[in-house]
Amino acid sequence: MNQVIAEIEAGLLKKNLPSLEVGDTVKVFVKIKEGGKERTQGYEGVVIKQRGCGLGKTITVRRVFQGVGIERVFLLHSPRVEKIAVQRKGHVRRAKLYYLRKRSGKATRIREIAQEKQAVATAAPENFENPPASA
Amino acid sequence: MEANGEQAERAKNAVSGAIKKMTVGLLGKKLGMTQVFDAEGLALPVTVVQLGENVIVDKRSKENNGYEAIQIGGFSAKEKSLNKPEMGVLKKANVAPLAPLREFRVADSTSYTIGQPIAIEDVIKEGMLVDVRGRSIGKGFQGTVKRYHAGRGPMSHGSKFHRSMGSIGPGTTPGRVFKGLHMPGQMGNVNVCVRHLQVVKIDADKKLVLIKGALPGCKGGIVEIKPTKTKWN
Repeated sequence: MNQVIAEIEAGLLKKNLPSLEVGDTVKVFVKIKEGGKERTQGYEGVVIKQRGCGLGKTITVRRVFQGVGIERVFLLHSPRVEKIAVQRKGHVRRAKLYYLRKRSGKATRIREIAQEKQAVATAAPENFENPPASA
Repeated sequence: MEANGEQAERAKNAVSGAIKKMTVGLLGKKLGMTQVFDAEGLALPVTVVQLGENVIVDKRSKENNGYEAIQIGGFSAKEKSLNKPEMGVLKKANVAPLAPLREFRVADSTSYTIGQPIAIEDVIKEGMLVDVRGRSIGKGFQGTVKRYHAGRGPMSHGSKFHRSMGSIGPGTTPGRVFKGLHMPGQMGNVNVCVRHLQVVKIDADKKLVLIKGALPGCKGGIVEIKPTKTKWN
C-alpha cells in the first residue's frame, strides 16, 4: 500500500479492538439514529465470517431472532461501532460458518473453547516476558 | 427568514461563481483509494490525490496569443525528462524543472505572476464539487463485447458465433453503414473527465486532497482538478 494512504488509514484505525475469531459469540454496540436522537443498541450473535484487512475489515454476525435468521455486517473500524464485547470463544473448524444457515435449534450450537485453555493462551505472553524464577 | 436564507445562498453561489469562471485547475498525482468516515460515521470511498507544485510558468494574453490563459507546471522533474521547448519556457520563467506543463484558460492573465504557485484554497474547498480529468487506463484493441457491452452468442452446443459482431446494418436501403456504429477498436487510454465529485478533505501541509469516488487513470497518473463547470458550488 502507498505510504501516504497507510498514514491516512492509521489515523482512523481503532487500537482497542478485541481479538475476534470466527465462531465467537459477540455483542456489538452500534450507534443508531432515531428521530434526530442517537442511542446505542446491542446486537448479539455468532461471528460467521471475517473479511478484509485494515480499515476495510468487516465481520458478519448471525443470530436467529423470532425464528428468522439475521446476518449483519459490521465495519470494525467504523465510528458507528462503539464497542465489541466477546461473550464466548467458540471452537470451529471452518473459516466461514455458512453451514449454520441450514441448521436450526440445537444443531447450531458451537463448542466453547475450554476456559483453562483460554487462560493459558492469555497468560502465555506474560510468562514469556517475565519467566518465573523457578524456570 | 427563508427568503433571507435563499438570498445568502445565492450570494454564496455568486462568490464561488467567480471562482468557477476562473477555471484554474490543480495538477495532482493519483495515489490510490481508501475510505474515510464522515461526521455521521458513514464510510466514504475516497481517492487520495497528491497535489503538485502548481507553479505558474507562462502566460497567454489576448494581444499576443488571441486568448487569456496561464500555463502551470505540475511536479518537480529532472531536466533530462523535459524537451528543449519545455526547458525554454521554464528557463524564461526562472523556475526549477517541472512536468507536466498544462494550460488553463482564465478571464484575465495579468492578475497572475510567473513563478508564483497556485494556492490550493483559491481553487478548491472542502465540500466543493469538482471535475477531475485524467487519462484512463488503456485496454488495447477490444471487441464489442468488452468495449460496448454488446451481447454474445452461445460458447458451446455447436455454435460458431461466439463473441464476434453481428450485422452492421440493413441492405440496399440505406445502402451504407451508419456513422458511429459500435465496432471493435482501441479501448481506454483516452482523456476522461469525471464530473461532480465531492472534495472530502484537503490537507494543505501535505498537499493532499481526498475526493469522493473513483478518478480516471492508473495509480501515479496525472489528474487535473477543477471546480465543477456544470453545477453551482
